[in-house]
Amino acid sequence: MKRISKDDVRHIAELAELELEEKDMERFVLQLDEVLGYLAEISSVDTEGVAPTSHVLDVRNVFRDDKPQESFTTEAALENAPDEADGGFKVPKID
Amino acid sequence: METYNLTAHELNEKLVKKEITCTEITTDILARIEEVEGTLNSFISIEKERALSTAREVDRLIARGEKVCDLTGIPVAIKDNICTEGVKTTCASRMLENYIPGYDATVIKKLKSCNYIMVGKANMDEFAMGSSNESSYFGLVKNPWDVARVPGGSSGGPAASVAAGEAICALGTDTGGSIRQPASLCGVVGFKPTYGMVSRYGAVAFASSLDQIGPITKDVEDCASMLNVICGYDKKDSTSINMDAPDYKSFLIQDIKGLKIGVPEELMVEGIAPEVKEKVLYVIKLAEDMGAKVEKISIPGLEHALSVYCIISSSEASSNLARFDGVRYGYRNTEAQTLREMYRKTRTEGFGDEVKRRIIIGTYCLSAGYYGAYYEKARKVRTLIINDLKRAFNKFDVLLSPTSPTTAFRIGEKIEDPLTMYLSDICVLPANIAGLPAVSIPAGLSGEGLPIGVQIIGNTLREDNVLKVAYSLEKAIGFDKKPGL
Repeated sequence: MKRISKDDVRHIAELAELELEEKDMERFVLQLDEVLGYLAEISSVDTEGVAPTSHVLDVRNVFRDDKPQESFTTEAALENAPDEADGGFKVPKID
Repeated sequence: METYNLTAHELNEKLVKKEITCTEITTDILARIEEVEGTLNSFISIEKERALSTAREVDRLIARGEKVCDLTGIPVAIKDNICTEGVKTTCASRMLENYIPGYDATVIKKLKSCNYIMVGKANMDEFAMGSSNESSYFGLVKNPWDVARVPGGSSGGPAASVAAGEAICALGTDTGGSIRQPASLCGVVGFKPTYGMVSRYGAVAFASSLDQIGPITKDVEDCASMLNVICGYDKKDSTSINMDAPDYKSFLIQDIKGLKIGVPEELMVEGIAPEVKEKVLYVIKLAEDMGAKVEKISIPGLEHALSVYCIISSSEASSNLARFDGVRYGYRNTEAQTLREMYRKTRTEGFGDEVKRRIIIGTYCLSAGYYGAYYEKARKVRTLIINDLKRAFNKFDVLLSPTSPTTAFRIGEKIEDPLTMYLSDICVLPANIAGLPAVSIPAGLSGEGLPIGVQIIGNTLREDNVLKVAYSLEKAIGFDKKPGL
């Protein structure tokens, strides 16, 4: 049974803001189908009453005092910007 | 003088005794890079001028009689996903081809405080996703032992550079074996510390609950020296453990009498090459000869390690890599007319195939309708694997296994078959899933002259046991071969 179709992959790629070229599609679908097929094996594991692990350490929210600290200057923050205007990041029109 | 084959502690001794200058060491390393880099491609950028000028500074401070620590004046390769102020940090991706960080990762700050020499930024799989270094945007890295083969990944550049004498030590990152597996395939030592012992501040995130920075070195002693510098609490990393790091060199003890070593059956069966198995059995024999008690153990949860790893790491990656949108840094498609189009074109053109594959797997596992069956389920099975491993450590001080089920595979052999590629990491994944310290040390060569590594895994924060066993076995094995490059 196929777990994932071309349309599924296209939809998921869209969610991730990616485009897949038609010529790569076939290969991607086959590879993803094989991987997801393998991953589905965990459905057989009995996890009744098991708490999920997000993190191996027992750390919860880590807070610091709400005081200003040394930080990037605007110039430094913009150093790698592809485009900038008036001390901010400039992007194309928001559609 | 050929100093590039020496270890950091050997070079340190010569520096302290003033038998050699840091400039000489650095010049020698740069010459070695010149000699072999055309073949290997271990580096994305080589910091020749910076290295030489730092070396001259180090010579001046040594002449002034200032304190020389273990890594002072030692040429180190830094994996290119660790931020270095003013030096390009590309993650081997077109996405960050021209990214110059405005700050140093905490580990880099720490290395700088001991006046280390950064020789260059080492090649890797794109965004550390891969087991062969074939997904780098800047070309693959070749294995110094056989240039038709991969060096492993994702820290292929760091491992190859240390094995070939292009650097004395290296820093890598390990999300699912990315330090240990290439170390094994290149015949060097690679150590992943307990999750939280090394600050991840400034390491470009792949899967935040699994990522850890660690050293790749020529021997276990150098590994301990590196750990002494890079470990410790950092308030800039909220997952950093708030405790003082021990003196890791104090664990370099050649005595494992009475120590209990478990050999997980699940890591010794399927797909393991006979020669690898043979070598692991030989190392077990050596351990027994030294008085360690070795027993087989079954850890059933490990059978699900690859699924759990793949789901969790891809899910976290799909979220972490959402930041690469062409707005603040990195590549941007400049033809797009609207913001949405810009996002999509930027990411489509900026990421390579393997990164896209993982983002899609992760997005799928997190998407409505599949979240429960994949991501949530994987997090629960992760709990079971951790519990199984904890139980094993009630009985054993360390676990021992092959690092990789095979020796280095041929370039191109697995590139079109992602699942087979992922399976090559089967032995190294458990330590990431449970955040445990683990090391790979060379155990010898195969009939074809390729390195075979063994892995030693310890309980949480029990780097002492891992180092003790690694150090004792290293002495007993006496591996002293170098690639004939």
